[in-house]
Amino acid sequence: MTKDIYVLIEHVQGKVADISYIMLAAARELAEGTGGEVVGILLGHEAQGLAETLAADKVLYGDHPALAEFTPDAYQKVLEKLIPEKEPRAVLFGSTTIGADVVGTLSSQLDIPLVDSCVSVSADSNVISQICGGKIMVESALEGTTSFIAMIPGHYKVESGQSDAGPEVTPIELPALDDLRVTLRQYIEPEIGDVDITQEDVLIGVGRGIQTEDNIEWIEELADLLGAEICASRPIVDQGWLPTSRMVGKSGQSVKPKLYLSLGISGAPEHVEGMAGSEMVIAVNMDPDAPIFDVAKYGVEFDLFDLIDPLMDKIEETS
Amino acid sequence: MTKIVVLAKLVPDLVEELEIAPDGKALDMMWLRLLINEFDNHAIEQAVLLKEAVGGEVTIISPDAEGVDDMLFTTAAKGADKLIKLVGDFEDMPNNHALASAFAKVAKEEQPDLILTGVQANNDLDGAIGPLVAKELDMPYVGYISGVTLEEGGVIARKEYPGGLIGEMEVKLPAVLGIQASEEPPRYVAISKVRQMMKSAAIDEHDVPELADTGGLPVNRMYLPEAAERAEMIEGDEDEIAAKLVELFQEIGVM
Amino acid sequence: MAMPSATQSPLFTKEFYTSLFENIDGENIKTCLQCATCSGVCPFGHVMDFPPGRMIAWMRAGILEEMLESDSVWMCVSCYACTEVCPKEIPVTPSLMTRAKEEVLLAGNVPTELQSALEFSQRYGNPLGESSRKRAAWIEDLDFEVPTARKVRRPVDVLWFVGDYASYHPRVKEVTKAFAKLLKALEIDYIILGGAENSDGDSQRLAGEKGLFEVLAEKNAKAFSRCEFGEIITTDPHAYNALKNEYPQLGIEYPVKHYAEFLVERLEEIKPLLKDNGKVRVTYHDPCYLGRVNDIYDEPRTLLEAIPGLELVEMPHNKTTSLCCGGGGGGMWLDGFRWEKAEARLSEWRMREAASTAVDVLALACPYEPPRFEDAAKAIKGAEDIVVKDIIELLVEVMEE
Repeated sequence: MTKDIYVLIEHVQGKVADISYIMLAAARELAEGTGGEVVGILLGHEAQGLAETLAADKVLYGDHPALAEFTPDAYQKVLEKLIPEKEPRAVLFGSTTIGADVVGTLSSQLDIPLVDSCVSVSADSNVISQICGGKIMVESALEGTTSFIAMIPGHYKVESGQSDAGPEVTPIELPALDDLRVTLRQYIEPEIGDVDITQEDVLIGVGRGIQTEDNIEWIEELADLLGAEICASRPIVDQGWLPTSRMVGKSGQSVKPKLYLSLGISGAPEHVEGMAGSEMVIAVNMDPDAPIFDVAKYGVEFDLFDLIDPLMDKIEETS
Repeated sequence: MTKIVVLAKLVPDLVEELEIAPDGKALDMMWLRLLINEFDNHAIEQAVLLKEAVGGEVTIISPDAEGVDDMLFTTAAKGADKLIKLVGDFEDMPNNHALASAFAKVAKEEQPDLILTGVQANNDLDGAIGPLVAKELDMPYVGYISGVTLEEGGVIARKEYPGGLIGEMEVKLPAVLGIQASEEPPRYVAISKVRQMMKSAAIDEHDVPELADTGGLPVNRMYLPEAAERAEMIEGDEDEIAAKLVELFQEIGVM
Repeated sequence: MAMPSATQSPLFTKEFYTSLFENIDGENIKTCLQCATCSGVCPFGHVMDFPPGRMIAWMRAGILEEMLESDSVWMCVSCYACTEVCPKEIPVTPSLMTRAKEEVLLAGNVPTELQSALEFSQRYGNPLGESSRKRAAWIEDLDFEVPTARKVRRPVDVLWFVGDYASYHPRVKEVTKAFAKLLKALEIDYIILGGAENSDGDSQRLAGEKGLFEVLAEKNAKAFSRCEFGEIITTDPHAYNALKNEYPQLGIEYPVKHYAEFLVERLEEIKPLLKDNGKVRVTYHDPCYLGRVNDIYDEPRTLLEAIPGLELVEMPHNKTTSLCCGGGGGGMWLDGFRWEKAEARLSEWRMREAASTAVDVLALACPYEPPRFEDAAKAIKGAEDIVVKDIIELLVEVMEE
């Protein structure tokens, strides 16, 4: 086994996903302990350019038309050959719609142990995961064999995994990629939202705590006063109360506003990963133990519905 | 006829306070209350929706746990045809590698066309169930699915990507899909219907002789997150809070 | 909302119709005059596709399956206003409307908010989705001991059935704590069940989930059977109604009193404890399940009048004509749904009356009400300064320094 830490680079429609940089930052920390290199695995088609921004020591690049966009079968075929050949100390995958599709299958197939929901790693090869909606932390130790780590955002900054240096790119030999059982027919773009919440300076995030659809109108009034846009955690979008373009979190948008005012959101990790990069988070929630208060700079334990009107009055009065 | 198998498990109910076992390396099972993994609940709904749309047979497989019989009878009241409980040493909640291998053995006997399961669960420390089962059965796996349409020889599965992007995946059957959300929210069934099922439906028990707890990393310790970095709480009545918030808005220049 | 296909009519209609005869006075439905008084007095009758009178007419015509696809039954607050005024004494609320909700619920036509409350009731024994282990957490806020069944293992005089909102809702817990103080001052020998208490289930029953009601009743029966006590008291008219009128039909029979009855029996002990805190003008809102359903009108008023300096005045709608707060029959879990349909809150109509009566205080006797009326007071012009308090709170206030 080598001392190198590998990272499966994720990209969709020609853009490297943020989780890739987060994993590179984590890999660097691990590699400092093992004394090995950080190696990116980039699979694509005419996509070598995507390697340029990766803060890796080198990038192994596999090119094939069937790899142009992610499909689990094609990725798995490449990785089940590559990983045993290279014997890395650890391979980092995103605990995402891409990484999670292959890491379990590969763990089972190659008999490599897997730890999921990892937020951070340390140079002494300890891995910190969070389970039970972020209510329990787990510290695991890398074993003497190659290990798989599936990562979630939250600890490392995207910038820490980016570099202008441009790593050395080495092409790899690919197995036959025919007889694929899963193929991408097409992407369906989200309905063009009225706004792009990733570009907004002020966002008001609403969650289950707002209780009913008509309360959204109420909060829209507040948003208008503040010059803010409304976004939401998944349950609100699932109810059809706001369009998917307004969803923040895993399988939604990642936002970085100056102010994120969180109303009635408990703060499950799936939501937090989409808004943890906000410059300031102020959270209002009735539950003093809500995990959102771990993310927020300021917290208000109060009934949302008693607060909105006085807040609107105060804003009008002040401005 | 399409045979659909759903793999469902019970997970810790996060409404309850969680405690760490005395050895510091696991959840304290004594105080744990369990409920169905919400993603598995969506998988069950999706299976029943497919059955209602095109016909077929839905089998639910679940490992033994406190409350699992009620959960299984509830799925029968929703429209599941066959209920299977895995019986064995499930008390300490085996990891997903072990559970997947038990699921796979029993699911195989059903010769399913399609296996649905939740894309994740809140206690997936060694990865989600779906991909592990898929490998054991040598079936393809796709996760983060929020819509399934059956076609000749395969399915179209709508896979979610960040930002609301959907990938339409053509998947050859038999296959395993990890369900993120069913096309309709999971339905409510009246308790009287569940009680009827308790009288009329049967749960098949399948013995699982061995559960090998490998495939994860050794756990050094489990602990509750430190509360040190918690938010600074703003106190007062609604007017005082509103005033303080407006002050903050002005400070960071958003007003 | 996705709708499974309706049951075949007219067979369904006939079976449904005859099932109504099983209720007490159920056969009175045959004598319906189609006077539509029920639909007129119904607070939401104007937004229902099927107000009670029309439902009866359609049943007579043998076509009721449209009712299953309409969501108008979810506008019914089970307030008994229709039942109270029916000239033919048809049990409109307990038979027709409740049975209709049962059918609509069986057909899967359940608003999301209600679905959550029912699932929570099943899982946690309360519709709020709170941990059952925290059911008695409110006692930790008090500087004296509240005896729980687990600690007091001897026969007691009284079992206090606390109820859901009284146990968990932050506003209503203030009333609960005040009641504990009152029981202490009166030196009552009592226990509460703590985590073993489950929702009484009455509002779930009236929202069409009879099976869930039975499950909850059985759990409470089991908890009762482990204790020895003389009678049950409760601050919750819905729990009171369940224990008094519904549990006995399941073979669960205990003497039960609403706190108003219980305290009036001890009026002579209470009176010396009450100080004169000055003049205050108070009106009392009759909760549906204390007043119209159980004919308890005088006891709450007697308690209020015992407070020195208190002037009790009546609102235009009082006693049998009292206006519903909107929380009954599953209304606590249908606020969003009903707002969308009616764009009106019943609590606000009631608050307008309180404002027109020019009172300082609106006095209550049901745990569903304080949060609903406090919200309404904020929304109604002229009601902003009306204090919303349970009778218990008013009593305890004048007992304290």
